[in-house]
Amino acid sequence: MRGAGGRRSGSPAARCALNARLKVLRGGRYEEYDVPFEPGQTVLDGLRWIRLHRDPSLAIRFSCINANACKECMIQVDGKTVYACTTRLAEREMRLEPLPNKVLVKDLVTEIAPPDERL
Amino acid sequence: MQTDVLVIGSGGAGMYAALSAAREGARVLLVDRSLIGRGGATVMAQMTVAVAVGEEEPDHWEHHLADTLKAGRGICDEALSRLLCEDGPACIREMDEWGVGWARNDGHLSQVHAPGHDRKRCVYVDFLNTGPAVSKTLRARVQRTAGIQRVGDLLVTDLALSGGICVGAHAVHVPSGAAVALAAKVTIVATGGLTRLYARNSASLNMGGDGYALALRAGAELIDMEFVQFFPIGHLAPRLVGMDPIMWDPFRYKLGGRLLNAEMREFLPEEGRYTSARDLATYAILKEVEAGRGSPHGGAWLSFQHCGEAALRAAFGPVIDRLAANGIDLTRQAIEVAPIAHYHMGGIRVDSDMRSSVPHLFAAGEAVGGANGANRLSGNAITEALTFGRRAGQRAAALAAKAPLRDISPKTWDRARPTLNAAAAIVELQKVVNRDVGPLRTASGLKRALAHLASIDVDVPAPRGGLDPEWIDLHDLRNMRLVAECVTRAALAREESRGAHQREDFPEPSDAWRRRQTVRLAGSEVRVER
Repeated sequence: MRGAGGRRSGSPAARCALNARLKVLRGGRYEEYDVPFEPGQTVLDGLRWIRLHRDPSLAIRFSCINANACKECMIQVDGKTVYACTTRLAEREMRLEPLPNKVLVKDLVTEIAPPDERL
Repeated sequence: MQTDVLVIGSGGAGMYAALSAAREGARVLLVDRSLIGRGGATVMAQMTVAVAVGEEEPDHWEHHLADTLKAGRGICDEALSRLLCEDGPACIREMDEWGVGWARNDGHLSQVHAPGHDRKRCVYVDFLNTGPAVSKTLRARVQRTAGIQRVGDLLVTDLALSGGICVGAHAVHVPSGAAVALAAKVTIVATGGLTRLYARNSASLNMGGDGYALALRAGAELIDMEFVQFFPIGHLAPRLVGMDPIMWDPFRYKLGGRLLNAEMREFLPEEGRYTSARDLATYAILKEVEAGRGSPHGGAWLSFQHCGEAALRAAFGPVIDRLAANGIDLTRQAIEVAPIAHYHMGGIRVDSDMRSSVPHLFAAGEAVGGANGANRLSGNAITEALTFGRRAGQRAAALAAKAPLRDISPKTWDRARPTLNAAAAIVELQKVVNRDVGPLRTASGLKRALAHLASIDVDVPAPRGGLDPEWIDLHDLRNMRLVAECVTRAALAREESRGAHQREDFPEPSDAWRRRQTVRLAGSEVRVER
């Protein structure tokens, strides 16, 4: 994912042809994306790759990109609540869903602001 | 919506401005394009805060000012630098009362000697937790303060003007796509900097220069736009997640990390090796890479192998475990580092009351240009956010007390939706700016960047109903293109090298250039003046 606005330069040495199949729950149905990655890359990297190369309408929420400082990118991966920015991509099928206990805004974005901070 | 004081952006500067205006009795509306108090640069700052509280050794704000002016390479706006240094201690003590948890040593505030300072001056929160602690403390304070209404997911697209006066802003409610008018007696822009323009950056997603674009289109002047600070030892490899890429600096000066080239030789001069300013260290690393002595990924090696596990653990505790989770064992391996876009010295031109050149429009924090000249001193960013936020809030509240509120109606959009993938266009812009408007510049590279920017034809259409990520990308691309043009034109005009602005074709500083450039918009043309 060289140059995807990330913080690293691509590494020719480390570039391997790994593939993750991301099944993303979008408005009631799953859409599948085959995402190429290098060891060490994250689910958030994969989602950003999809927006650049497959479908820019995919909605995700994140701010600090991968410092795990903003805590905005919480989703479920394989039924477990995680931060997309620190969960590593793996060479298998991974199921991505919005948080189940929050109001859905779109795709993987849920209403996570405190109620008195909403319009 | 209506308010006395509208604050755009909820990082350290915006939250402190909101608190300060509310304390003066103003009704405040604090808005953010994402969540309140989670984005921006403050929450990302894992490092230290420069402030002359003199708890570790005797100090005075005048010494802090002298270091700030020296680092700024002769072109600081001294009134702003002075405000930062003089008001810093009061803000840091106030944060202490609010429970931020500054690290302590025998009962007094612990202060470290960060690069560019003449003494131990920088407070921090362990372990590498300064920014998150500052954000959390301000967030809690803002939540408890009557008179501050907080609204997240509200993206400001334009400032509203009436007779040349700023009367609030136009926004889009991100989850619904609805246009929202924000009528305000006074508006404070606290949207941070522009480091998202660069492919390698240490910024949050929202640091695409929004505030500069808003102010510019409203008729305000920007200043010092060519000065983008590159943090010399940003993490490069191996892949590191869950941590700020600029985390290595405190490691380096607490433990004496060794910065090595491909020949495993230290290349910074021995004198001042750990205290050299950021512009000099950035330049030195890039010159090693250029000479073929870079690390495999195009940076330098940083090694702590001489420190031993006990020393590492004592200094950084749980951070060592987070590194282990990334497969990094500092006792066994060196890591690779390289310069990374980190902070913008330039910004909206304001006076020492934080007033821009547009009546009733103020700015605060990194959105302001001038306090740090051509190169910011380590630790000054949070101090700037807090002191400028406090001042802006006070002065905005005073003005709002005697200003009328004017009605504004929601903006309508009449542009057709373009077909480009704006997310991909943003990535391309970041690559070009990183390559051609980065730490080492030439006229030909800068002109190549301008040609690329001119080729980006972006109009922002009406948002679709519901969350519309493509519309957000179009909005961001529009602002990033405009702000990148400001940086590039200012960099092309400055035919010398000074601080963070290094021209390969004009490698020396010039006395004739010991001055500042302003940027303004004339119609759709970006004009640089000096």
